[in-house]
Amino acid sequence: MKKRNVAVLGVGQTKFGSHPDKSLADLFADAFKEAFEKSNIEKKDIEALYYGNFNGELTDGSANMGGFLTDEVGLGMIPAYRYEAACASSQVAFREATRAVAAGYHDIVVVGGSERLHSAGTALGTRALATSVEGIHEITTGLGFPGVFGLVARLYAKEYNISIENLREKMAHVSIKNHKFGARNPKAQFYQKMGDLDVETVLSGRMISSPLSLYDCCPMTDGGSAAIVTTDKIAEDLINKPVYVLGTGQASGGALFRQGANLIKFEPRRKSSQMAYKEAGIKPDDVDVVEIHDCFTIAEIIATEALGLFDYGKGADAAEQGETDLGGKVVVNPDGGLIGKGHPVGATGTSQIYALTRILRDEFKSTSVKGAEIGLTDTLGGDFGTLCNVLLGRGR
Amino acid sequence: MAVITFKEYFDALLEGKLVGLKCQDCSVITCPPKNTCNDCGSYNLEKTTLSGRGVIMTFTSTYIPPSGYEKEAPFVIGMVKLEEGPWIIGRIDIAPGKADELSEKLIGREVEVSGKEFPSEQFYPDKDRRVVPIFKMIDK
Repeated sequence: MKKRNVAVLGVGQTKFGSHPDKSLADLFADAFKEAFEKSNIEKKDIEALYYGNFNGELTDGSANMGGFLTDEVGLGMIPAYRYEAACASSQVAFREATRAVAAGYHDIVVVGGSERLHSAGTALGTRALATSVEGIHEITTGLGFPGVFGLVARLYAKEYNISIENLREKMAHVSIKNHKFGARNPKAQFYQKMGDLDVETVLSGRMISSPLSLYDCCPMTDGGSAAIVTTDKIAEDLINKPVYVLGTGQASGGALFRQGANLIKFEPRRKSSQMAYKEAGIKPDDVDVVEIHDCFTIAEIIATEALGLFDYGKGADAAEQGETDLGGKVVVNPDGGLIGKGHPVGATGTSQIYALTRILRDEFKSTSVKGAEIGLTDTLGGDFGTLCNVLLGRGR
Repeated sequence: MAVITFKEYFDALLEGKLVGLKCQDCSVITCPPKNTCNDCGSYNLEKTTLSGRGVIMTFTSTYIPPSGYEKEAPFVIGMVKLEEGPWIIGRIDIAPGKADELSEKLIGREVEVSGKEFPSEQFYPDKDRRVVPIFKMIDK
């Protein structure tokens, strides 16, 4: 069967941060409205809804959101699917939506996500996140996500013979860069905040899970995001600047301790991204801009390596030397990433699509990436359990 | 075609015994046990008892734990590479401040594992108890 080419129509995102007065459905609905109004379509044109949500059960006592969402935004009786892959939830939903369109099952679908972790509070939020570490052997130790990446940071330092003090300084540059971009982004949780951090300030943050301190960590966030997906031909009839889905990839990994020495090489992420590069017919060096899953500073560093953007062991130096900043080899997280923009888990995947689509349309005013032709998204679900990547290309 | 449930695994750990599964096809040992060989995916597994000794590969001192674990915090979580090959996760029997002070010097230290019982928490699959593997430093 010949696959159809897929493109992105309108995209939407709520302000990320604190929304105690908005439900999961409200946050999705706000993002959907923005995406819908930019797509030049009618409600009846939308054939299915793909929704990413991580843990509405714990934070809001809500599951089975699909039907409530189609009703909430006025889409009638169309089928709705909820995807749960921890932090990769709506990225996986997006990938599945593109595959359904490519295969010809649907012509126009909406994909999005929402989450309310800020409103859940730190204790419940941290526990909700910890449901995506391995559920018998890891959780019994009290392992949470800062812990996962604390373990990873020390493995990285040992493997590449970097002192912990030196690694903390290199990691600080990731935080400084992502907060700089986040402070410029009106939809970021830390808009107009912490835009000029320095290494000393980052290092003085209170220790959360050593060697990671406060500024190494992304915040707890409420938010929603959405994108409308169709074929290239339909998109070209509807809007001026379609953004094309060039390739996608996905892979799985087991518990941290099962991966042992392979952990920091991140084989599932390599496999997922190689799948996307191959489908697009491009190499990592062709990528101009990346939205990376920087739940922690070290997470961004090891991701840039497994994605093939830098050699193994060189990601920390690249961050320190500005190779991931504007003017560097590849721009990483120009919307602020999870650290500067915020991380409403189920909404994070499609918010990466939101940022890259707008960047490739020259509409992302807070940080423009001049001349960017190809963008890559990258999400990590759980403690190395689900990896998902999407390659987007500018219309010609 | 042996299977070891998590309850059996933790029962043994509380008695000071670390059990796992040895693959009859590729000889790799899987610990903690799972339904298939961690290397080749085979079901052809036999029960085995491990030495319970290994070295610390990495650790993190956790000061802000998930809810349900506050009473036990702060604590030091570590991953240990066992003599037989597998990596396991548990807590290191050391004060968090001391662990962070030792930092790189803690990596590579030899330890022995045992089990310690804690009350279960709201979401833990075993509603009666939680067992945490505890790594004790071997004095040399």
